[in-house]
Amino acid sequence: MAKKETLPRTPMPEQKPEVRKRNFDEVPLGYTPEMAMKEASRCLQCKKPSCVEGCPVQVDIPGFIRYIKEGDFAKAIRKIWEKNSLPAICGRVCPQEMQCEGHCILGKKGQPIAIGNLERFAADYEREHGTGELPPKAPPTGKKVAIIGSGPSGLTVAGDLILKGHEVTVFEAFHKGGGVLVYGIPEFRLPKDIVAAELKNLERLGVKFVYNCVVGKTITIDELFEQGYDAVFIGVGAGLPRFLNIPGENLVGIYSANEYLTRANLMKAYLFPEYDTPIARGKNVVVIGAGNVAMDAARTAMRLGAESVKIVYRRSREEMPARKAEIHHAEEEGIEFHLLTNPIEFLGDENGKVRGMRCIKMELGEPDESGRRRPVPIEGSEFEMECDLVVIAVGASANPVLTKATEGLELNKRGYIVADPETGKTKKKGIWAGGDIVTGQATVILAAGAGRKASNSIHKYLTWGW
Amino acid sequence: MFEIVKRQEMAQGSVVLNEINAPLIAKKAKPGQFVILRGHEKGERIPLTMADTDPEKGTITIIYQVVGKTTALFKTLKEGDRYLDIIGPLGKPTDIEKVDGDVVCVGGGTGVAVLHPITRAFKQAGNHVIAIIGARTKDLLILEDKMKAASHELHVCTDDGSYGHHGFVTDVLKELLNSKNVKLVVAIGPVPMMKFVCNITKEHNVKTLVSLNPIMVDGTGMCGCCRVTVGGKTKFACVDGPEFDGHQVDFDELTQRLRSYLEQEKQSYELFKTKLNA
Ligand SMILES: Cc1cc2nc3c(=O)[nH]c(=O)nc-3n(C[C@H](O)[C@H](O)[C@H](O)COP(=O)(O)OP(=O)(O)OC[C@H]3O[C@@H](n4cnc5c(N)ncnc54)[C@H](O)[C@@H]3O)c2cc1C
Ligand code: SF4
Ligand code: FES
Repeated sequence: MAKKETLPRTPMPEQKPEVRKRNFDEVPLGYTPEMAMKEASRCLQCKKPSCVEGCPVQVDIPGFIRYIKEGDFAKAIRKIWEKNSLPAICGRVCPQEMQCEGHCILGKKGQPIAIGNLERFAADYEREHGTGELPPKAPPTGKKVAIIGSGPSGLTVAGDLILKGHEVTVFEAFHKGGGVLVYGIPEFRLPKDIVAAELKNLERLGVKFVYNCVVGKTITIDELFEQGYDAVFIGVGAGLPRFLNIPGENLVGIYSANEYLTRANLMKAYLFPEYDTPIARGKNVVVIGAGNVAMDAARTAMRLGAESVKIVYRRSREEMPARKAEIHHAEEEGIEFHLLTNPIEFLGDENGKVRGMRCIKMELGEPDESGRRRPVPIEGSEFEMECDLVVIAVGASANPVLTKATEGLELNKRGYIVADPETGKTKKKGIWAGGDIVTGQATVILAAGAGRKASNSIHKYLTWGW
Repeated sequence: MFEIVKRQEMAQGSVVLNEINAPLIAKKAKPGQFVILRGHEKGERIPLTMADTDPEKGTITIIYQVVGKTTALFKTLKEGDRYLDIIGPLGKPTDIEKVDGDVVCVGGGTGVAVLHPITRAFKQAGNHVIAIIGARTKDLLILEDKMKAASHELHVCTDDGSYGHHGFVTDVLKELLNSKNVKLVVAIGPVPMMKFVCNITKEHNVKTLVSLNPIMVDGTGMCGCCRVTVGGKTKFACVDGPEFDGHQVDFDELTQRLRSYLEQEKQSYELFKTKLNA
């Protein structure tokens, strides 16, 4: 027992910072089977595992870890699949330090088990060495389900319901599937091949994908029902970028994170001119915000050849919402952090191109409704910061294209869809919703978890009624 | 899907018309709306406002000017070839209404292609419609016959005087504003033209609609690339537009934002031309 505890956490091999900061290849290289088995052997196999409580979808963590320890990787991945259909993705992007690993008992005194790394290993091993055998499908029910949006919530619903024997079609506005996983999260954090492999598996199972279809514009939900769909799941994400609404924001060289990352990831602008979509390459880049999106934008700018990249954030280090691993990676790659700093105006040159930013220093006051201490400006502390490219990553809101075109959906004040947290049912019969369009921008695993709940409820409805 | 069923070159090959099989879009599209197209796996997404739709046949028509790599590549597509992706119909349709007075539709360059269905719709709505179209020179003029049929009165201008009125569309517009009871102007064309038209109609206090063409990525309000300042507020042209009250639009900002990728566009186009010649 004591011996196990003293075994240190197996480090994840990674590309060296000075190399990786100029390439788009994945940063962590993954465990070898030996590393994974060694790390798995540290697990205490608790009777009442607190890690599972920390997991939003209650993966049987000690269960899959035991299989890894025993070298039975095929069983390990099947254990995870019981609760999570996107482990290769979640293992890479979940904020484990706030979830499973944050609750791991070993973390109290030492380092928690590297649950995310092990989850990722089990999924990668299966993808690379597995038989590719598909899970068994229930006999056809004759029921048709339409899924709107191909992000993690939609993909989870698709995977669940196709196995239950329903006919499943995913309608996606973009020309490619995956949602934020393909247009937002960069290649160096989540290789697009992995997302493509998930989509491929769903296609092999019989899920149909209709791309280039903006529901609400190309076709409406009512028309989908007229075409014979029995149930509709809405998983359209929170696709509306927030801006700061300060002077100069429309200067050339100022991007929303959505635009910057979509150009770089979905459109592969980092490979311009081989790919046709251009992207500005800044020397002095400023990214505003400190969430995962901001880290992704900053590290992308570095990889596009920036001399300096600054994160500008109005609160302090403790409040930064990004995954710890990404903050750490960003720092290693030379990204500077300018905390307690808020932009108040963008400055342009004679061609309308951004050349700088006026900022003000902040201090933390009383806690606000989010429980975090509210940043307040320090009078007279204004100063200028030079920059030739700015990415604004201060969050997203609800995109109204679909909701406005659909009568009878109840929306909350901020435009998000009101859905039952346990079932995903909306106020309109036959329609479910989940993921960011219900919760606001959250996480991949919460979106996938919402998809799982909705698919259970949809299956019940298709079998027994509303 | 997205097969080109008819292809035609205009304005000495500098402008191309494609009628494309896109039944879902054709069924839904209204005048003033646009689509986003992509030609190949490594291609960019570009917006083009539809010049016509045929819901029965299930086709849409686009008319574009060859200005860079993507449109040059589109030009190489023949009848029977396919676009890789077409998304639409996007944006708000034109607000077609019966106006208490004359409607003047002003078009420049390929803007005429976009103006045509709007002109036709205003006429069908029972308005007296006067159209003014212009081009640099006679050979670059497009859709004269169609515009004639879509309006009650057509004025044609060329900058060099090779055909019709010698001068700018704005010269004719000024005359009409003085002599007729004009209540609405719709201006679609190059940014300087729309800006100039708006300066004139502002003096006469005549409401003016313009259709803006900022750079876009998704076309669904997701990225904010297409933002324009209208009446001091930021709007997303792809969902709030593309048509706006021209008197409120910050045309100078639009011009600057349209030039964001000038260098890269040149590089990309040069590369393509070299490859095409090799
Ligand atoms: C840059 C970035 C980094 C992130 N990093 C992390 C991370 O490290 N860890 C983490 O857990 N979470 C992260 N997130 C958040 C996470 O990605 C989201 O919470 C999650 O993807 C939400 O999933 P979803 O299924 O709700 O929708 P999305 O992934 O947003 O997908 C929605 C899909 O619906 C499509 N769509 C929208 N409207 C329509 C329509 N009208 N018709 C048809 N299709 C439509 C969209 O094109 C999109 O493909 C990040 C987000 C971003 C932007
Ligand atoms: S899904 Fe996320 S929280 Fe749950 S075990 Fe995996 S990494 Fe941890
Ligand atoms: S083109 Fe992306 S928001 Fe308009």
